[in-house]
Amino acid sequence: MTVSLYIRRKTSFPLFEINILKATDEQLLKISRELGIGLNLQEMKVVQEYFKKKGRNPTDVELQTIGQTWSEHCFHKTFKGKIKINGKEIDSLFKTYIAKATEEINPRWCFSVFEDNAGIIHFDKGYGIAVKVETHNHPSAIEPFGGAATGMGGVIRDILGVWADPIACTDVLGFGPLDYDYEKLPPGVKHPKYVYMGVVAGIGNYGNNMGIPTVNGAVYFDESYVGNVVVYCGCIGLLPLKKFRRNAKPGDVIVLAGGKTGRDGIHGVTFASAELTEKSEVVSRPAVQIANPIEEEKLKRAIVEIRDLELASAITDLGGGGLSSAVGETAKRFNCGVVVELEKVPLKYPGLAPWEIYVSESQERMLLAVPPENLEHVLEIFEKEDVEATAIGKYTADEVLRIYYQGEKVAEMDISFLFEPPKAVRTAEYKQTSFEEPRFREPENLTETLLQLLSSPNIASKERVIRTYDHEVKGNTVLKPLQGEYGGPNDATVIKPLTDSWRGVAVSCGMNPQYGKIDAYWMAASAIDEAIRNNVAVGGRRIALLDNFTWGNPEKPKRLGSLVKGCEACYDFATAFGTPFISGKDSLYNESPLGPVTPTLLITALGIVPDVRSTVSMDVKAPNNLIYIVGQTFHELGGSEYYRLKGFLGNTVPKVRPNQARKTFKAVTGAIDLGLINACHDLSEGGLAVAAAEMAFAGGYGMELDLRKVPRKTLNRNDFVLFSESNSRFLVEVSEKAKKDFEALMKGKVYAEIGKVTKAPRLCIYGLNGEVVVDASLSDLLAGWKRTFSSEV
Amino acid sequence: MKSEEIKVCILRVGGTNCDAETKRSLEELSVQAEIVHVNEMVKRRSLLEYDALIFPGGFSYGDYVRAGVIWAKWIIAKLGKELKVFADENRPILGICNGFQVLVEAGLLPGFEGISSYPEASLATNVPPGYNCRWVHIKHENKGKCIFTWKVPKGKILRMPVAHSEGRFIFAKEKEKQYLERLYENDQLVFRYCYKNGEYAEGCFPINPNSSFYDIAGVCNSEGTIFGLMPHPERAFYWWQQPDWTRQGWMPQYGDGKLIFENLISYLEKES
Repeated sequence: MTVSLYIRRKTSFPLFEINILKATDEQLLKISRELGIGLNLQEMKVVQEYFKKKGRNPTDVELQTIGQTWSEHCFHKTFKGKIKINGKEIDSLFKTYIAKATEEINPRWCFSVFEDNAGIIHFDKGYGIAVKVETHNHPSAIEPFGGAATGMGGVIRDILGVWADPIACTDVLGFGPLDYDYEKLPPGVKHPKYVYMGVVAGIGNYGNNMGIPTVNGAVYFDESYVGNVVVYCGCIGLLPLKKFRRNAKPGDVIVLAGGKTGRDGIHGVTFASAELTEKSEVVSRPAVQIANPIEEEKLKRAIVEIRDLELASAITDLGGGGLSSAVGETAKRFNCGVVVELEKVPLKYPGLAPWEIYVSESQERMLLAVPPENLEHVLEIFEKEDVEATAIGKYTADEVLRIYYQGEKVAEMDISFLFEPPKAVRTAEYKQTSFEEPRFREPENLTETLLQLLSSPNIASKERVIRTYDHEVKGNTVLKPLQGEYGGPNDATVIKPLTDSWRGVAVSCGMNPQYGKIDAYWMAASAIDEAIRNNVAVGGRRIALLDNFTWGNPEKPKRLGSLVKGCEACYDFATAFGTPFISGKDSLYNESPLGPVTPTLLITALGIVPDVRSTVSMDVKAPNNLIYIVGQTFHELGGSEYYRLKGFLGNTVPKVRPNQARKTFKAVTGAIDLGLINACHDLSEGGLAVAAAEMAFAGGYGMELDLRKVPRKTLNRNDFVLFSESNSRFLVEVSEKAKKDFEALMKGKVYAEIGKVTKAPRLCIYGLNGEVVVDASLSDLLAGWKRTFSSEV
Repeated sequence: MKSEEIKVCILRVGGTNCDAETKRSLEELSVQAEIVHVNEMVKRRSLLEYDALIFPGGFSYGDYVRAGVIWAKWIIAKLGKELKVFADENRPILGICNGFQVLVEAGLLPGFEGISSYPEASLATNVPPGYNCRWVHIKHENKGKCIFTWKVPKGKILRMPVAHSEGRFIFAKEKEKQYLERLYENDQLVFRYCYKNGEYAEGCFPINPNSSFYDIAGVCNSEGTIFGLMPHPERAFYWWQQPDWTRQGWMPQYGDGKLIFENLISYLEKES
């Protein structure tokens, strides 16, 4: 450290004043870099200005607090900032597209959206459902097990942070190909196999140990994930809405509960807001936290009891930014000031500087606001559960943040200053790019092609992963991720959270990174359609969405341009389907020496199943039942798994036609409610052929289908009809008895009876000329589907 | 005793996580079930207030040593005397999953001759290794001694899910044969993993999900009053918890897991 810039205050503990009042631009940047606070020059100048007015230099505690609060991770500068694109200006992507969709749809069943740690919607009998999905990409790249486990722990705390009891978890993961050539790995990048094993173990470890079923998810493989692993962790919670408290006031005591504070997870947020480099391993290893799920389990018990007894006035979790963001954000929300005495924070080991205590992201910690008269009772409840809880300060009437350490004032800043960082202005550019549509002959043996597709990593059974997660704990999993004896892939999971109600929650997701390579807009549209149709397939409706973006560096105009496109699609299709966003999160700066991540939007959908007894699974049920396809098939193979198998990307990315799709979804929901549907499966990766194979082997019965009957546009090849990935389509099994009613209901929609279920255990598909184009035994299909991840990888 | 008078204690500690659904199962059968934290039990309560005791599933104390071992030692240290009285009076004790691991580590199971001062068996790491959550078939082997299954016919095949990474029931290699004989002699063998047609798994994965010795899924003590099993009856209580209920035209209201709780209750009704 340069002497002139850092002045050690004469205290018994390490505390520095930073000489920014006289610092040059160059020195300002140097300070930002040396303190690891990730602020740019514009921001440093605003800080300098603020302290000039105060007539003093800031302390390290103050600068660190500002760095954390203004980081991309905490403040979402890109989503809240201004963006210039193609001559127009967007003032906040979030407000313009995401929040606007929800405002326009304005559903009466939203209880609290975009305000807290998690979105909350009404459920049943006075209960609400809270939901949140987080990313933990950067930490998982450095330390896969710890990164994934703390990702799960963090999102579970988000749910606790709105007073909800966690009832289910989700995980969507993206890895590089597991057979990636070791020789090609650049220094500092871990092999996909290592990352995969660690991440899966980390997710399972946290959910299993806390006794929360991990019920829904997906695993994708893509070259761009080699350097940028994608880890989405989600959590769903249940809370009695009348117990929801969010009204802290001056005088309320700030209680810190849970794990002790250490040096783990320092600068996690600044780390998350930068690109990964060769040095990340060494430089940022301390930014990854250490997980202890049992601590959080105990914390959960205490919090639920405190909620039920209505003893606290507010709660929030300690995540990115640690105390600095939890304390600051609550003070801001309740228009209070705050006094914190940092020496009261229980430490793992002595020797932490005050700023380290204030920004540490040590896990399993929650912050509660407690009226003084309830303090004793609250502390007793924590003690009963063997959880350490300490009063560390209180809210005050002025809107000033004051932090003390052993009596010494180490920070004093206006809350309003902390939460008004200079607006980022970024430039985006977008140009429609066109890719070549491949030309190749239709393969002669399409049975072989189907078998290859079933074994391709993005389609093959993920049973190997799913079974390492407890998806049954709590005993409320009505529709499981794996269906029946053969473990067929259900489209969504249904849980029944209340003992005295038949109402269920359907959880599904949609993600199509491969489409994102061609067009971010249609990729996002497809993810929305997929999440919704997965939900509809099991009987879900009144669907709420969550958006989670994993993108590259937004300071690069092209990356930002595609992000804008993705957001546009979010608005367009959420409003078209009437499905509001209730929560979301963005993870940007996913770039490594191997390049940027493929733009990856995860859409999570939460639907309501009015009566879980009418839930539909994807396995065919009985021979001689009829098979219908619902929805139109187009020449849409761009980004398909079929093209990928053939070594192409293509250009004809699947589109979404919301007017037609809405009608289709409504009709399927209607048919499920009338009990006309025996099985329903959505068509996604691998198209019609893969969906049919999955339904057949999951049910243990064969199927006979005729491609000539499939409603299609501009399609004249068997392989294209079989493997096109057009959106908004389902395969549906209907009994002969229900045929008339079903067809009456479907009148005016695009649909067709294309075959039937057979007793003979074979999938037999007739082509456009009436010839047999696919003929395979169920055991071969099932074996092919299960082979890829069957053994230790 | 009428069922409404029966009081069952479900003990918990940090990391226990199947207590709520276990309680729900008992309440569905109209008995009083209370979840009690061990801290509370030690400070203010007594095990002897209850007619039966359940150690539910979970990861007690994180199972950071061998599964069940920390809680087992803790219980013996803090509640050992009461627990001995409880067991000596033949009050029923049930251990599910982690609870089974605790009972084995505490020397209550297999309990050839009362409580043993050291574990006579072990629930070792699964083979193949790793956590595994799936539905299994188990065959009832008991001739009527185990009070948790006394009305269930021998040879009946039940379905329940397992979810664990340490469930491989083993004896010390040199005592395997002798101990197995004793299990048979005393009628202590309760459940073995089997195919859906009833054939024993013979160690075949995943029919036997953890490579348990002799496909053992559950055993009771020599009195038949203490019983532990790896599968989760509380997750197989209602018909809609079953993995293939959407395939059934007609389903009974309950799943096989109910039998375990029902038998306990009918035993208590009869005995006291």
